[in-house]
Amino acid sequence: MSVSVWKANQRRLAPWLFLAPGLLMFAIYVIIPICQSMWISFFDWDGLGEKQWIGTANYVELVDDDAFYTSLKNNVIWLVLYMLSVPAGLMIAIFLNQTITGMRLYKSLFFFPFVISQVVVGLIFSWFYAPGFGLLYNLIELVTGTGVAVLADDRYVTYGIIAAGLWPQIAYVMILYLTGLNNVSPDQVEAARLDGAKGWKMLWHVVLPQLRPATFIAVVVTVIGALRSFDLVSVMTDGGPYGSSRVLSFYMYEQALSEYGYRMGYGAAIAVVLFAIMMVFISGFIWKMWRDETER
Amino acid sequence: MFPRPIEQTAPATQLLYKIAVPVALLLWLLPLLGVAITSVRPASDLAQGNYFGVPSRLAFENYRDVFVNSPMAAYMLNSFKVTIPTVIGAVALSCMTGFALAVYQFRSNLLVFFMFVAGNFVPFPILMVPVRDLTLQLGMYNTWYGLALFHVAFQTGFCTLFMRNFIKALPFELIEAARVEGVSEVKIFWHVVLPLMRPAIAALSVLIFTFIWNDFFWATVLSNSPASQPITAGLSSLNGQWIAQWHLVSAGSILAAVPPVAMFFLMQRHFIAGLTLGAVK
Amino acid sequence: MVHYLKGSLALGAILLSSTAAIAQQRVVKYNADYDPAPLAAMEQIIADFEAANPDIDIQLNNFDHEGYKTAIRNFLTADAPDLANWYAGNRMAPFVTSGQFMDVSDVWEANGLKDSLGSALASMTIDGKQWGIPYTYYQWGIYFNKDAYAAAGVEVPGPEGVSWEQFVQNCEKFAAAGIDCITTGTKALWPGAGIFDYMNLRTNGYEFHMDLTAGKVAWTDDRVKATFAEWAKVQPYITKNHAAIDWQDAAALLVQGKAANYVMGNFAVAVFKEGGMTNDNLGFMGFPEITPGLARAEEAPTDTVHIPSGATNPDDAKKFLAYLATAEAQNKINAAMGQLPINKDSTVADDPFLQAGFKMLSTADGGIAQFFDRDAPAEMAKAGMEGFQEFMVKPENLDKILDRLEKVRARVY
Repeated sequence: MSVSVWKANQRRLAPWLFLAPGLLMFAIYVIIPICQSMWISFFDWDGLGEKQWIGTANYVELVDDDAFYTSLKNNVIWLVLYMLSVPAGLMIAIFLNQTITGMRLYKSLFFFPFVISQVVVGLIFSWFYAPGFGLLYNLIELVTGTGVAVLADDRYVTYGIIAAGLWPQIAYVMILYLTGLNNVSPDQVEAARLDGAKGWKMLWHVVLPQLRPATFIAVVVTVIGALRSFDLVSVMTDGGPYGSSRVLSFYMYEQALSEYGYRMGYGAAIAVVLFAIMMVFISGFIWKMWRDETER
Repeated sequence: MFPRPIEQTAPATQLLYKIAVPVALLLWLLPLLGVAITSVRPASDLAQGNYFGVPSRLAFENYRDVFVNSPMAAYMLNSFKVTIPTVIGAVALSCMTGFALAVYQFRSNLLVFFMFVAGNFVPFPILMVPVRDLTLQLGMYNTWYGLALFHVAFQTGFCTLFMRNFIKALPFELIEAARVEGVSEVKIFWHVVLPLMRPAIAALSVLIFTFIWNDFFWATVLSNSPASQPITAGLSSLNGQWIAQWHLVSAGSILAAVPPVAMFFLMQRHFIAGLTLGAVK
Repeated sequence: MVHYLKGSLALGAILLSSTAAIAQQRVVKYNADYDPAPLAAMEQIIADFEAANPDIDIQLNNFDHEGYKTAIRNFLTADAPDLANWYAGNRMAPFVTSGQFMDVSDVWEANGLKDSLGSALASMTIDGKQWGIPYTYYQWGIYFNKDAYAAAGVEVPGPEGVSWEQFVQNCEKFAAAGIDCITTGTKALWPGAGIFDYMNLRTNGYEFHMDLTAGKVAWTDDRVKATFAEWAKVQPYITKNHAAIDWQDAAALLVQGKAANYVMGNFAVAVFKEGGMTNDNLGFMGFPEITPGLARAEEAPTDTVHIPSGATNPDDAKKFLAYLATAEAQNKINAAMGQLPINKDSTVADDPFLQAGFKMLSTADGGIAQFFDRDAPAEMAKAGMEGFQEFMVKPENLDKILDRLEKVRARVY
């Protein structure tokens, strides 16, 4: 009997059967926590004792919190400058899109930084910037006479960290474009060439339109990368000097879990703001996918 | 071809290009090379201010020191213990979810799919407090499986996107034909679709391996001692102990980078195929 | 046997020992945050204790010093050891009030510690109970490189130190000689608080300093501004890149003679000597008097060991605490660490810096402060230390900094 029920309905039941484990895990660890975080952001909670309902007080405090604005501003800088990895990655991809001997290895080596953990990237660049013996510090000293301790100067620190982040990100974008360039139709390029197009014109009018899928993915991963800047900030400066290199994700961690923090509610409120910013991009992405899916 | 193949240009340009590529590569990897060299520099060189010159000798004992004087081996082991089950779990779950979403037409199909996709982009902090709490309550704080369980769940989002698109591109007639012959849905999944998914599974596996191996945020949030800390968190904590001992920090960094780099070079084709899925269409 | 996690072997050993492969030994898990020199000292103490108690196995799990401060909140709730390092005073209050630390008054009672550790009783007592065992303390003050003084042609201070005016004048001479008058490394923030504490203690005295850290005085108060005005006199002579370096890096500057003075705790002596300094060229003096006639107060933080409430083996942990409180154990560990024992029957090691520190502290009639981040609550401490760091880089931001601190004060207390 039950066998025949299954037989009769298996095409209707099967998808849910296959979805169940993944959906369950995803709900427990992703969907529900998002809601819980929003809920927690209305409480005062140290993570140890009782939660205390304080309404929107966390958000009210946020509005008047200099450190929050510093983090927000840095997040914007991250987003804007991270976008440089898209043209930079494209340039390198074009530069490398040749077939001389050993090119495969060259491409792999250029891609190398992306495979390495951001912790390692952070350490590498800390060493690069270190006052006294860092390579960059010495170069600057050589040129200008006085070295600049990039990571100790509130004017440069965020840019210094972003530069470290761009290194693997450019590599990532480069590989996306290299694959894209591989699939650019040679006929169209040749045809355009016969029409006298070359250089920038060719790139802009003929090649780039064909690279649109690659550009789209590159922008998406770059936005995500820029908003997940926690690792580098944590490893390179811990938000310093005097909090000037904080970003929202790091500030959230600092408030919720660091030595001087343990304000879970306040941290959750910061996370909700970050989530709201990300939601703008997520919605855009989903909207585009929706269009692609329903057009088919 | 774009740009114009270099073979079609003047010999001088070709030569210039062949020189320019390695030079650019050298500049590109300069920070990494610096660290690699520092990792075999004896401590005495650093003390004497020999930061950039040729190392006075190759001090491979730095690597031995790292293993003997720090829990580096334990960190590495932990990383494997977190990473490998995560790869297996996330790939297994997403084979099923991807299959379900690609093959069946049901009303909430796109909704479920977009939920996975959106979840994949969620910033970590919004999950941090509740996930940490949940892990504590399950008694899995500071264990490799606590970390692995979360990673499996979270990576399912990305993997589902990947698998679903991959299966969508498979010839649907195969499934139709099997159905006509009365093969059950489970058997279709197992005997018809799964064998065709091998390249996707390989690509996802190397990708997830790298992602999880390199994860730092969750390693910091869900573990705190060498008994369970993966290498990223371990390295960060060693960095706090090895103040001014850059030869050790460098050696540790290189060690932390080896497994994903090895994975990349061994499985390069799959890796890039995985990464660039969607970049061409 | 001490498990300092020697790679996977140790990991295996831990897995084994937790599944009772090491027969009959009762395990006491001890989470700590020792730097290398104190770590060796503590390993010795543990070995002694285990020799006397062969049925107990103390497993020391050492964290990096800065990371530990974050980790402790996690492991206390999630994965409590039987013993944990922490600090006296206000710094332990959050863990006591939230019930994370166990009341160990019985250990104090049974071993007569209220008498033998009497000097630290007040800083270990909350609600009339004792919450841990203090095992060491150490003075802060100014450590200086006599060679750097000679190189700049500045007279080397005697044991009585110098006047504030003299100190500031010396700074000008050091600057002329291209030497940093004062060095520090504030990457981890706290070293800057040591300078602030002394500036404030010397400008406004102990009572005021305690009121300020207790949130009873506004940060925008004129007396606070007076403190910063004095600080501003030496600010230009502080190592420029201090925000980029750790305190150990700054110690290297002192060792190399690139810096002359270092406001630090006595634990730094081990690092100076490791770098090649000796009793001949390393000097120590108390911080100069600024406001004449103030009762002299000093800074001397106390380090402690506690039993978390979630401990699985508190009985054996208490045995270890009782041992750690004895004069014998305190003599031994402090001699090795280069710090001062608390037990009144113990002796201060025959070391010029410890002797000088002990004399300085025992004659301080103004009072003994713990440290800024131990006297002030956590959030205030963090904001304060960021402010001090910023002030040392950009003194012109002072008003902005003080306004910000005042805002934090209004919220925290």
